[in-house]
Amino acid sequence: METAHNAHPTILEMRSITKEFPGVKALDKVSLTVRAEEIHAICGENGAGKSTLMKVLSGVYPFGTYDGDIVYEGQVVRFRDIKQSEAAGIVIIHQELALIPELSITENIFLGNEPGRRGIINWVDAQRRAVELLARVGLDDDPDTQVKNIGVGKQQLVEIAKALNKNVKLLILDEPTAALNESDSQHLLDLIRGLKGKGISSIMISHKLNEIEQIADQITIIRDGKSIETLDVVADGVDEDRIIRGMVGRTLGNRFPEHTATIGEVFFEVRDWTVQHPLTAERLVVKNSSFTVRRGEVVGFAGLMGAGRTELAMSLFGRSYGKFISGQVFKDGEEIKLRTVAEAIGHGIAYVSEDRKSLGLNLLDTIKRSIVSAKLSKISRGVVVNELEEAQVSEQYRKSLRIKTPTVEEGVTKLSGGNQQKVVLAKWMFTDPDLLILDEPTRGIDVGAKAEVYQIIRDLAARGTGIIMISSELPELLGVSDRIYTIFEGKITNELPVAQADPETLMRSMTSSSQKAVA
Amino acid sequence: MSAPVTDKRSGFDIRDLKSLFGGGGSLKQFGILGALVAIIIIFQLWTGGKTLQPGNIINIVQQYSYILILAIGMVMVIIAGHIDLSVGSVAAFTGIIVALAMKDWNFPWWAAIILGLVVGGLIGAWQGFWVAYIGVPAFIVTLAGMLIWRGGNQFIGDSATVPVGAGFQVIGKGYLPELGPNLGVNNLTMLLGIVVVLILIGLEVRGRRTRAVMGATSAPAWTSVARVVVLGGVVLVAAYLFATGRVGTSFPVSGIILAVLVVAYSFLTNRTTIGRHIYAVGGNKHAAELSGVNSKRVNFFVMMNMSVLAALAGMIFVARSQASGPFDGTGWELDAIAAVFIGGAAVSGGIGTVAGSIIGGLVMAVLSNGLALKGISSDLVQIIKGLVLLIAVGVDVFNKSQGRPSIIGLMTRNQGGRGGQKLAEEPTSTQVSPGGGTPDTVVPADLKN
Repeated sequence: METAHNAHPTILEMRSITKEFPGVKALDKVSLTVRAEEIHAICGENGAGKSTLMKVLSGVYPFGTYDGDIVYEGQVVRFRDIKQSEAAGIVIIHQELALIPELSITENIFLGNEPGRRGIINWVDAQRRAVELLARVGLDDDPDTQVKNIGVGKQQLVEIAKALNKNVKLLILDEPTAALNESDSQHLLDLIRGLKGKGISSIMISHKLNEIEQIADQITIIRDGKSIETLDVVADGVDEDRIIRGMVGRTLGNRFPEHTATIGEVFFEVRDWTVQHPLTAERLVVKNSSFTVRRGEVVGFAGLMGAGRTELAMSLFGRSYGKFISGQVFKDGEEIKLRTVAEAIGHGIAYVSEDRKSLGLNLLDTIKRSIVSAKLSKISRGVVVNELEEAQVSEQYRKSLRIKTPTVEEGVTKLSGGNQQKVVLAKWMFTDPDLLILDEPTRGIDVGAKAEVYQIIRDLAARGTGIIMISSELPELLGVSDRIYTIFEGKITNELPVAQADPETLMRSMTSSSQKAVA
Repeated sequence: MSAPVTDKRSGFDIRDLKSLFGGGGSLKQFGILGALVAIIIIFQLWTGGKTLQPGNIINIVQQYSYILILAIGMVMVIIAGHIDLSVGSVAAFTGIIVALAMKDWNFPWWAAIILGLVVGGLIGAWQGFWVAYIGVPAFIVTLAGMLIWRGGNQFIGDSATVPVGAGFQVIGKGYLPELGPNLGVNNLTMLLGIVVVLILIGLEVRGRRTRAVMGATSAPAWTSVARVVVLGGVVLVAAYLFATGRVGTSFPVSGIILAVLVVAYSFLTNRTTIGRHIYAVGGNKHAAELSGVNSKRVNFFVMMNMSVLAALAGMIFVARSQASGPFDGTGWELDAIAAVFIGGAAVSGGIGTVAGSIIGGLVMAVLSNGLALKGISSDLVQIIKGLVLLIAVGVDVFNKSQGRPSIIGLMTRNQGGRGGQKLAEEPTSTQVSPGGGTPDTVVPADLKN
């Protein structure tokens, strides 16, 4: 399959790159060699230095702020900023997309690169070229569509079209599929592979090891700022476990903890839950959904992005999404009303959102204040917060969840993704939930932290907490859940004990009618 | 990294010096406090000692107390992510109603004050309603308010000046009375100073005990002693200055009102659930709502609270100038907003402290006063104040963008925020706001751990 790439010339060689920040060596003599027409994956845990390396390459950290040489197309290059690296054909696409939501696809593609003369834009030309570029990335939307009206998957394609417009030769993708569902991810990976055939090399940073295994020719593993090894996917017979071993420096035993919980009786039940889209009156995002949760049980929710998983969870959690139409919620046999978030928390329900940074945390706050923020009343007398208790409580969580920080007085921005997620978990554990809803609890966190999160989930279940886990990663759902519901277009389509579930069955139920790309 | 945080440090550490003024909590003020001290010293020298003469500092307190009261409310509005442009007009509108209530309807002075606070509350409820429940940006609501209440003042008062009686004037012009034996000082003022020093000592002891219980790192004991000595000394010297002014003067009543408000609102913002909720809504509204915070109620509260404080400020001003006039409070909103931003708040919300804003306001006050003492004309004073605001915030923002401290940066810097450790990790694109101010409650990243 991947036969002839050794024949291709080297396009990029980063030699012994060292980048120091005051007090810390972020990169220590890292080397990276990328050949033409190659997809080169960079793997490493969060904080290993992957992004720093890419910033050195793309000129975000200009020449002179690092040691070592970058040899690109046979010449030593010294980029002073991103403009220079882009002029040379190196384009980086960041995890957080750099598109302007209010502008059209065309306007975004040519932003900063507008065709025309003396500041007057030639829109006819732009339009024509946009159509060409969109065809190359396989996007058939009207180029006049505002970017905010297309899904994340398509936005990613617009980013690539934008890169193609800059005559990219080396495309750097930082977690390109992190926010995409399976089908969009697949489309994107196919596109990257297609670009390879047209002479465009890619460097891809991703936590999704199965994708890397599937698409990469070479893998360079970075650990603690050092390049550990470079693997040839075919020749070295690389699989996920092999990559993980390189990343963490050891073999992870079982990635998923044992199911030790004894599952109790049904204590939480939702009947005929129906929710309307917040803006479009006719559109129901959740339709007649009914499900149950038992004490000490981890219930998985599998569904493609846009299927209504998050919408279901958030609408249950104090009607935080959409417009409530109908449905009943029972807890311990009695009907309860969950009209506000405060009511939901009062009934022992907690929701860990899928978007840690924009919905889960106040990034300006400290760890300790974040941890107690969802149930301040627990450590307050009247309206006065007891700061001593606050410190003690957060210190306990720091220890029990092993949040890596010198003190709980640190700001949460200073933590890595995995540790931020632990803070969010602590915040909701602090509310003493009977039902904990986890929405993509391991998104964007590294392998080691994932294992810890799984362990926390199982520990909570062992203590009798009912858990709903929404996830896009089927292996994770299969590894952690006791029972799995599948959801498709707002409807619950299947319910399986984990023993009877396998990825193929789940995927079929997740796409039960004809599969359409979700806009 | 996961070692227990109980290491007892010994020897000198720059952070201990900083903890002299921050007490482990809000360290942000340290820098601005340094700037304030520097400005006081500069003007003290430049004016040949006039700045710190009793008569002058009494004047500063009386003349700027209402701006500082506005700054207390304004910082809360700004933390929540809003702005209030209407405060000057609200102050004027309240002033005319209170003056007329006493003149035409024979309200006693205390009833007039209550009436004024109620009027402020109603105006605030009106503005809060539009901001919180309709969702009109506060900039627009209060821009409208600026016109409405200014017009209201001139409509009701017929654009004329309405005098107020002596009883009412106390809140703006009054002093602590003379009591007890004649020792050549104002006894109550000195007593007040001593009480404050005792409270400082008590708080310090309690703070150390609390930290010991928590097992948290305490700065060495000498910092506590030094802090009490320094702060206590400043308080006593200030009390002495206030107590030894012209006979019949002492610490102003408006200063006492201000001090009570500063203490109360510092407590409110730091230690109560409503305070936490204000920071939460300003820092990340969606996350706050998903944590069960009623953001509408928070927004309503900060807007209403601001107008009540604006009403109080208006009344103090009327009392001091002995009359309510059609142009009272013009431009106050700008002074209050400037104080808040010099005090380290962020334009995008979520960051700021009451104490910082007060110090920011005092920087402006001492600056204006000192320039006036030197006979600099008001046009130049305005230019200088504008530049100070721009440079203070500019330096702050620049330092943050460069990731390195400079002189003011070193003082305003939030330790650890710029330390190397962080930069090494995949830097988050969500690094703090453009407006200025790193999170104010961050405590140093202890690289030794």
